[in-house]
Amino acid sequence: MESEPLNKSAEIEAVHPVIEPGHTFASVTDKISAIVLTQKTPRFWYVGFGISFLLLMVLLYSIAAVLTIGVGLFGINIPVAWGFDIVNFVWWIGIGHAGTLISAILLLLRQKWRQSINRFAEAMTLFAVACAGLFPLLHLGRPWYAYWLFPYPSTMGIQPQFRSPLVWDVFAVSTYFTISLLFWYVGLIPDLATLRDQARQRFARFAYGILAMGWRGSAIHWHRYEMAYLLLAGLAAPLVVSVHTVVSFDFAVALVPGWHSTIFPPYFVAGAIYSGFAMVLTLAIPLRKMYGLEDFITLRHLKNMAEVMLATGLIVAYGYLMETFMAWYSGNIYEQYLMWNRMFGPYWYMYWALLLFNILVPQVLWFRAVRTNVVALFVIAICVNVGMWLERYVIVVVSLARDFMPSAWGRYSATAWDYGVFIGSIGLFFAALFLFVRFLPMISIFEMRELVHDTEEPK
Amino acid sequence: MTLAETQKSQPLAIYGLMAEFDGPEALLEAARGAFAEGYRRMDAYSPFPVDGLAEAIGFHKTWLPLLVLIGGIIGCAGGFYLQYWASVIDYPMNIGGRPLNSWPMFIPITFELTILVAGLTAVLGLLALNGLPMPYHPVFNVERFQFATRNRFFLCIESADPKFDHEATRRFLESCRPQGVYEVEP
Repeated sequence: MESEPLNKSAEIEAVHPVIEPGHTFASVTDKISAIVLTQKTPRFWYVGFGISFLLLMVLLYSIAAVLTIGVGLFGINIPVAWGFDIVNFVWWIGIGHAGTLISAILLLLRQKWRQSINRFAEAMTLFAVACAGLFPLLHLGRPWYAYWLFPYPSTMGIQPQFRSPLVWDVFAVSTYFTISLLFWYVGLIPDLATLRDQARQRFARFAYGILAMGWRGSAIHWHRYEMAYLLLAGLAAPLVVSVHTVVSFDFAVALVPGWHSTIFPPYFVAGAIYSGFAMVLTLAIPLRKMYGLEDFITLRHLKNMAEVMLATGLIVAYGYLMETFMAWYSGNIYEQYLMWNRMFGPYWYMYWALLLFNILVPQVLWFRAVRTNVVALFVIAICVNVGMWLERYVIVVVSLARDFMPSAWGRYSATAWDYGVFIGSIGLFFAALFLFVRFLPMISIFEMRELVHDTEEPK
Repeated sequence: MTLAETQKSQPLAIYGLMAEFDGPEALLEAARGAFAEGYRRMDAYSPFPVDGLAEAIGFHKTWLPLLVLIGGIIGCAGGFYLQYWASVIDYPMNIGGRPLNSWPMFIPITFELTILVAGLTAVLGLLALNGLPMPYHPVFNVERFQFATRNRFFLCIESADPKFDHEATRRFLESCRPQGVYEVEP
């Protein structure tokens, strides 16, 4: 990442600080809380929320159809029993990882630039994990029996199979969702108190007051608060690494060529962070523009995120390279055929599109001019989002379609219902995000006050 | 006796005296001064965590890390035992000749439950130790206190402090060059 000489990167830091100068405790508070409390809801919010809401309706319609008729509506078959559902599950949960990385790992690393992006990145995590959780549930076929996955005193006298990565997944994802929710809520408490005190409408005061639980900013409370926040960060940091590791075990523990590989855990975690940062950029760039938050989410933030993307993208590229190398080096005909099948088999275009979007396009991030160009970053971020989805498609579908015996080979193509649930989950994600930016502070206000205090002497 | 009569007969029955400051440094200085004066029952309020403020009013140690450690240990032991009990005692099943207690396969869930219970303890412990949710607190009776979550800093010396004296305490707070000194109704 240190491609540029030191004096140049110092210059960038001076030109693009983490918060533009001239802000005071009051100005950051008023500016961020006004978005929620007093500013007229902008027109693009209605348009964006409207579209997301329509897509959400598509989701509900598709789910209703799948529940009443059955998973036969999906394109899954034997041998490709894992289709869009698992692709989308892995994609969404990967996206969630950046939020925890920003809020927990960058906190432990004392990266000040995290403070203006952590709140909505955490919200993104929460909604992405919620979308992710939907897919395995639907894929069960009979989602109303989902509780069979948990150990409970069953009248059938049976217990879950704790040696199965699929059961590990249940625990990993539900723990991840719970901890992300707690982390997000704890971070919100002081800001909810701010909204309670700033709000002028009765109902808003009441609602934020209930949610703030009587927070009053006492020094003793702050002392414990900082300790709790640090401990949660310390707990969330290994958790986030474990979640995608467990997700990768779903594949790596199986014997299917293209899945059975020890490189999966690190390469999945890197891929998750890669796609997550791409999604944070996809969200941050329009948000800062629409709400005029360029003072808080500066070019410095975008540049730093681009650098994280470049670094994790290279790890992912190394993963692809090693998969190819090991296929050849193993001397195993099934592994070798798998690689050939990916490149030249019936789904060849998926593989090459994946290399284009995930590996080739992001290489332009080596140029500083690109890393500080907002439009270019947005386009690259979208490319990576698409590329990471394709990666999961290649891993799940292409590997299953042709494994050992040609007599057992098959093909997979998604049906309209697969697309309905997938597009619909994007609607759910954005609808939740639109509601979040409307009703809660999308930037952590108290951490911005801290940043003001740390960067300059306010008056 | 009605509330109004009580207040009339005891005009000094207040929760405490509160001084307002415009910066964290002024508050920190005042808090240190109050502690040096011998005041112990007081609290400082700020819109963001101020380094050393809790120490300045004599609060040094929180039990939270210990609670979280205990929570983590319970999650870890409980998580492992859950799987051991289910797989070895309650529902033993021979899967390909693997040992019933195949402990390496139990590690991921043990780890997840360690994190889960420790994290829940951290949050619930934080709320419990802070006494939250708290629907009513006297400091909110001060009208200026709404700025405690925006850009103002407050120090409140409580009347329950043995050294509290309405006049002397007010004189002391005014000597700290505050923006204002207010009585806090109970």
